[in-house]
Amino acid sequence: MAGADGDDSLYPIAVLIDELRNEDVQLRLNSIKKLSTIALALGVERTRTELLPFLTDTIYDEDEVLLALAEQLGNFTMLVGGPEYVHCLLPPLESLATVEETVVRDKAVESLRKISQEHSPVDLEVHFEPLVKRLASGDWFTSRTSACGLFSVCYPRVSSTVKAEIRQHFRTLCSDDTPMVRRAAASKLGEFAKVLELDYVKSDIISLFTALASDEQDSVRLLAVEACVSIATLLPQEDLETLVMPTLRQAAEDKSWRVRYMVADKFSELQKAVGPEITKNDLVPAFQNLLKDCEAEVRAAAANKVKEFCENLPEDSREQIIMTHILPCVKELVSDTNQHVKSALASVIMGLSTILGKDNTIEHLLPLFLAQLKDECPEVRLNIISNLDCVNEVIGIRQLSQSLLPAIVELAEDAKWRVRLAIIEYMPLLAGQLGVEFFDEKLNTLCMAWLIDHVYAIREAATCNLMKLVEKFGAEWAQNTIVPKVLGMANDPNYLHRMTTLFCINALSEACGQDITTKQMLPVVLKMSTDQVANVRFNVAKSLQKIGPVIDSSALQTEVKPVLEKLATDTDMDVKYFAQEAISVLVLA
Amino acid sequence: MAGPGGDMQWCFSQVKGAIDDDVAEADIISTVEFNHTGELLATGDKGGRVVIFQQEIENKNLPQFRSEYNVYSTFQSHEPEFDYLKSLEIEEKINKIRWLPQKNAAQFLLSTNDKTIKLWKISERDKRPEGYNLKEEDGRYKDPNSITSLRVPVLIPMDLMVEASPRRVFANAHTYHINSISVNSDEETYLSADDLRINLWNLEITDRSFNIVDIKPANMEELTEVITAAEFHPHQCNTFVYSSSKGTIRLCDMRASALCDKQSKLFEEPEDPSNRSFFSEIISSISDVKFSHNGRYMMTRDYLSVKIWDLNMESRPVETYQVHEYLRSKLCSLYENDCIFDKFECCWNGNDTVVMTGSYNNFFRMFDRGQRRDVTLEASRENSKPMQVLKPRKVCAGGKRKKDEISVDSLDFNKKILHTAWHPQDNIIAVATTNNLYIFQDKVN
Repeated sequence: MAGADGDDSLYPIAVLIDELRNEDVQLRLNSIKKLSTIALALGVERTRTELLPFLTDTIYDEDEVLLALAEQLGNFTMLVGGPEYVHCLLPPLESLATVEETVVRDKAVESLRKISQEHSPVDLEVHFEPLVKRLASGDWFTSRTSACGLFSVCYPRVSSTVKAEIRQHFRTLCSDDTPMVRRAAASKLGEFAKVLELDYVKSDIISLFTALASDEQDSVRLLAVEACVSIATLLPQEDLETLVMPTLRQAAEDKSWRVRYMVADKFSELQKAVGPEITKNDLVPAFQNLLKDCEAEVRAAAANKVKEFCENLPEDSREQIIMTHILPCVKELVSDTNQHVKSALASVIMGLSTILGKDNTIEHLLPLFLAQLKDECPEVRLNIISNLDCVNEVIGIRQLSQSLLPAIVELAEDAKWRVRLAIIEYMPLLAGQLGVEFFDEKLNTLCMAWLIDHVYAIREAATCNLMKLVEKFGAEWAQNTIVPKVLGMANDPNYLHRMTTLFCINALSEACGQDITTKQMLPVVLKMSTDQVANVRFNVAKSLQKIGPVIDSSALQTEVKPVLEKLATDTDMDVKYFAQEAISVLVLA
Repeated sequence: MAGPGGDMQWCFSQVKGAIDDDVAEADIISTVEFNHTGELLATGDKGGRVVIFQQEIENKNLPQFRSEYNVYSTFQSHEPEFDYLKSLEIEEKINKIRWLPQKNAAQFLLSTNDKTIKLWKISERDKRPEGYNLKEEDGRYKDPNSITSLRVPVLIPMDLMVEASPRRVFANAHTYHINSISVNSDEETYLSADDLRINLWNLEITDRSFNIVDIKPANMEELTEVITAAEFHPHQCNTFVYSSSKGTIRLCDMRASALCDKQSKLFEEPEDPSNRSFFSEIISSISDVKFSHNGRYMMTRDYLSVKIWDLNMESRPVETYQVHEYLRSKLCSLYENDCIFDKFECCWNGNDTVVMTGSYNNFFRMFDRGQRRDVTLEASRENSKPMQVLKPRKVCAGGKRKKDEISVDSLDFNKKILHTAWHPQDNIIAVATTNNLYIFQDKVN
């Protein structure tokens, strides 16, 4: 290993070390990412005594360098000599845990959590726990917020005296002066509760939870809602009513819409955590209120949860609750004044049909679907159309097809190309649901019309759509319905449309197979090689390259080769280039 | 001779900026702001520069020799730009600076011009790495074959270096000119206001902001008022106010709804019919609004007066102070020379007992709220000897002019004090004349 060429092997490492302080961020970043190589070359001893002290002081650097450093250090245990020396990694990570950039701090905390597991119980108390305490009582809120994420990893592995200290520190941070710290504590409350003994959950956590949930800042209160889910899961059912529900009820009616939004957003989790009885008695009315909230953001969040909430209702009373309590609210939301609310509802409402069954769907839901299909906002209509499969399973699509068709046609001709693009993307799905006959009769013309749309993105999507349709309906269908129309466009006076023919052929050849490609498509492509527009000609070369593998080899030699050779001598540079490329790819030279 | 705060007298401490009368446009100070401890003082100018002064910490034990502010860091915050889509020049002028509550050893501030807000980090560095493997310390490369061992750089002390680095750029959210920025007490968000809209930003997210107020009418011809200033409540994270060109202040509660189009309180003083004139609407336009430190009151500045409002009383201000009532007869000429559109700012002292605002002729005014006393002081080169006590000035509005009084007609309207700032705890004030920054402090007896 050592010896005469020892110097040579040192050179790349020397470069890496020097570049740790290069002026170019990219080079520094590169070196930091290869930190393990440096450490390996230095050996564990020098890594501990020289490299880590240097890194501890480099917190001046750019965020991306610090982020990479924080990540590297999480995997450094073996490089400093194994678990016995893992505590050497704490100083650099401690300084990274106090920088102002949240992503860096979070990564440092993540690495600290990781290496905490590699500490022996003794080292945890001697080295790790003091670090947590230092951070928790730091001058700046950055270090105190970082401490919040570390309590739960050391708590289970320390003595009961230290446990008491940790609980005390957490309590202190929950009532910190800085809202940033209270937010960090609130967001870790659930996680911390999970590692605590049940008695302490009841005595400590509940009081902290109650305090945070009535904090003066709504940005803190809303985080308590999240903790509510974890805490409710930990407590026995009989304690929920007294310990958790008063706070949850209060949150669902909070003065601040952001807190109510959070309740709506976490509703499914809350529902699972509190169980069926409380759901029936408390959550159903709460959910009704959220669906009728005065703030549109809250209604939209609640509307998003309608299906999940209904699905998770206790089976014995599910239908009754939906029919008498939920459905009336849903009906109102269909004609909400806010389009985000309507579109959130439209994205889930179809899912109710599987829960309610055929008769209820036809009687109660179908009118709502139809109303939404006629909504003035395209997003609402699109959301309904994109979820057709749920209804299809329950009542069959025929019930809807009368209203569906005008809605699709209208979207297909919408003035906004993004709307047209969205409906094209649902075409293969619709074709599957509606069947080939209905498709041929009503939708085929739309699909062909998109090929000559004036927006390229639409023409491109239409091409791709044809390919998916052929995959669904088969080559024979393609030969009868699509291919003639596509090939017809080769004579179009507009060169953009002629190019669309080529793009379609590129997309369809594989799905259509050798026979159709060689006999029908190839002649058209070859004929277009004499097009007066150079763009068409070089696309001919590109098409030939693309479909070459599909056509049979004799045609390749006798028909394709001469054409490509001719194009390779074209006056246009691009045509020449692509012809030559095709020749070499198809190995025709 | 009694000044605000009993027998307090103000004396000259320092003046910053060039002495010559020939003022370069770029050097005109456009904003002044102390940080939360008062240790740092930032100014912004029309040239897009931010200059930060730091209070020297020596002489802490000798209060009569209170330490001076010296330049700590200077950096170019904004550059002139051109909006090619709208064919508009975007000035580099710094409209506002706001300090963030301190979060670690570094300091952070937001600075804004008409369109773009930037978050700056000001940090100190006192160590530098030493030791290369492949070159000598002076930069000469070593022979690669001479490397027989690896060397890890070590950090050695060096002279203190202050660096300002841009951390975030919040752009493309304002169609009109930004007039205010204000950091929320949740320490996570801030607002930015332009003529017609107010946006809410997260300090860490630059690619989106939420519109919380939009007063743009569907038809711009129906436009009757614009937003002139906006500020968050110092303690309640859900409350903010914005003032309008019509002299009203709206207080909004962000808890009520996502878009705060409906205010929860509207502060408006009924117009005095006897004072009604062609200029009534122009002079009632509010140029600045500031919450008191305790959060109970807010102060507004219009062209002729300063008003203090109790947040619990919307019908009229609890206190009104005339800043330069003698100008009421001069409004016509002030309209002609555009001075009537000057935007004077105002500020509170540390314990909310005194307020300060600027006037013309390099005069500035202080009003003692408890003792109902006021004083006019002047920032000028003539009384800029160390620890020289400022003499109160008097303007004579018509009639006989007494000794030491200045006639209204001899006021210089080109010398105006628009921007002033009060140290958050101590009696130290920073007053910006056109291109000079004066620092005064109370005379400790």
